[in-house]
Amino acid sequence: MVIATLAFYLFSAVAVASALMVVLSRNPVHSVLWLILTFFSAAGLFVILGAEFVAMLLVIVYVGAVMVLFLFVVMMMDVDFAELKSGMSKYVRIGSLIGLVILIELLMATGYWSGWIVADMAPDMRAAVTPALEETQNTIALGSILYTQYVYLFQAAGLVLLVAMIGAIVLTMRHRKDVKRQSIVGQIYRDADKAVEMIDVKPGQGL
Amino acid sequence: MEFMTDVFGFYFGTFLVILGQSLLVIVLILVALAFLMYADRKIWAAVQMRKGPNVVGVFGLLQSFADFIKYIVKEVVVPAGADKPVFFLAPMITFIFAVVAWVVIPFDDGWVVSNLNVGVLYIFAIGSLEVYGVIMGGWASNSKYPFLGALRSTAQMISYEVSIGFIIVGVLLSTGSLNFTAIVQAQSGYGALSWYWLPHLPMVALFFISALAETNRPPFDLPEAEAELVAGYQVEYSATPFLLFMIGELMAVVLMTALITILFFGGWLSPVSWLPDGIHWFILKMLFWFFMFAMAKALVPRYRYDQLMRLGWKVFLPLSLGWVVFVAAAAQFEWFGGFYVRWAVGG
Amino acid sequence: MPDLLREYLPIAIFFGLAIVLAIILTLSAIIVAVRRPDPEKLSAYECGFNAFDDARMKFDVRFYLVAILFIIFDLEVAFLFPWAASFQHVGLFGFWSMMVFLAVLTIGFVYEWRKGALEWA
Repeated sequence: MVIATLAFYLFSAVAVASALMVVLSRNPVHSVLWLILTFFSAAGLFVILGAEFVAMLLVIVYVGAVMVLFLFVVMMMDVDFAELKSGMSKYVRIGSLIGLVILIELLMATGYWSGWIVADMAPDMRAAVTPALEETQNTIALGSILYTQYVYLFQAAGLVLLVAMIGAIVLTMRHRKDVKRQSIVGQIYRDADKAVEMIDVKPGQGL
Repeated sequence: MEFMTDVFGFYFGTFLVILGQSLLVIVLILVALAFLMYADRKIWAAVQMRKGPNVVGVFGLLQSFADFIKYIVKEVVVPAGADKPVFFLAPMITFIFAVVAWVVIPFDDGWVVSNLNVGVLYIFAIGSLEVYGVIMGGWASNSKYPFLGALRSTAQMISYEVSIGFIIVGVLLSTGSLNFTAIVQAQSGYGALSWYWLPHLPMVALFFISALAETNRPPFDLPEAEAELVAGYQVEYSATPFLLFMIGELMAVVLMTALITILFFGGWLSPVSWLPDGIHWFILKMLFWFFMFAMAKALVPRYRYDQLMRLGWKVFLPLSLGWVVFVAAAAQFEWFGGFYVRWAVGG
Repeated sequence: MPDLLREYLPIAIFFGLAIVLAIILTLSAIIVAVRRPDPEKLSAYECGFNAFDDARMKFDVRFYLVAILFIIFDLEVAFLFPWAASFQHVGLFGFWSMMVFLAVLTIGFVYEWRKGALEWA
């Protein structure tokens, strides 16, 4: 397990360092690139845990899709980020307060202090027997409960996606009136009868 | 002491073996790529009744190696307003992701560097990262053509990735495993007739066209569109950074040929039962599909951008999604005598 | 080391080799080739014109919409992968569960089609 331990510290260190760089770097595009590195390290940590499906999903969904959107947004907005960043010292106090609250909440939820446990079930859940990695693939293990046992959550996820889709269209759709659009069906069903008119022009008379 | 033997006894040996395998695969692919580049140009030339490269080496066979040397001795030009770290990182990222995808490709039964349980997901993940080379290169150049080319290319690549995903899910439904070796083994039986191209015939065409769009090959080479964007995101690149972009792109094309071979054409399996299976079948099938890629480049005129987006979102997406539903229903209700189900392996 | 991690070691090694190769190739041209920069050579290429604007400009919101739609469909594919892998274990209920999920998203797809969100131009 030596290599796994070493890899854990490597990925954790990279994750923390690059997360810091997300906040500290001056250029917003660089921030997004550091965030990508953070996600990569998190994927590495998932692999070490044996959760290979979650690791791959993290890369596919967050790095492959969400970060592309972030890059688009950051590249598209014309905000003066240097000015935004200069006001950072103003928010340090409130920011660190929020960070502290979240840290305490995390510790309470995971039951770090006995007697302070908010989520009573958490220690039991963690102690529950999980099948050995060699016996089952976690993609299949996940699939065999997600669609049956947790069907309501699964359908709720579908509804959330539907709302996201409609919301994105309502917010960003601008139907431009001043452009000509191609009507593919119209083109296909256009034939010589409709497009061409035969006129017999008599000599000397014209139309 | 135990720690030392642990690391240097077991791990070091394993490490060396894997390192050797990895080096072998990478070097062989890079050398093969040099000749594939040459083949691509020769095929294109033959279609246009030209000779193509014919000076360096016998029949011009060493052309790619001459080009390689030329790339190295060319000046590296970094545009004045460019973001230097990102400018150099972009081609490297394209190259790195193109290379690491090969780690899960099985060339023969057991001839795979890493036999991942989630090999298909891994390829899908790595494939979705290839947009970063393009978008970073276009942005870092701080020049208009690269920027426009990068935007277009990104939108194009993500549009077709969705239908590629759906097509792959169709194949997975038939196999019940995310492992490439299992997918190939599920296609054994009656030679070429039991490969997935027969049950998934419409998807072979869709996958091939999506692969053309995903790898920015003609007729979907809009990011490069010489006539309007000069060369898209690569305009400001020269020397080896440009070479890295080129290798990365061609490697992605060859990877797509490997994927078609594995998903639909039985990988290393022999088309007829009286001939032995083996890596030669894999290579032959890949070469055939590379030929198809080259012919598409030579024969088909370029698409217009709005047509490209229409094809991706309004034709390919509904078709591939419908196909997933069809395959699932066929597998669930055992239509066609279990033609769509191969659950004997995997799971 | 568990078997699972044994399969990930080659990936780390592949990454390492690829990174080393990429760095060697990039550095080789920087070291070997002559560099004689001058202002004209280093200016952004714009078919001979002088660049009259910053290249990183605002662009059409349509790209943003495509990226959002891509995220949604990518998630849909992500939900399909474990379903396809465990298809034989989830039975008829799992099958219909996924069909309902796909039907909900198809409603969204039809909506965006009717609204013209898929039209480019």
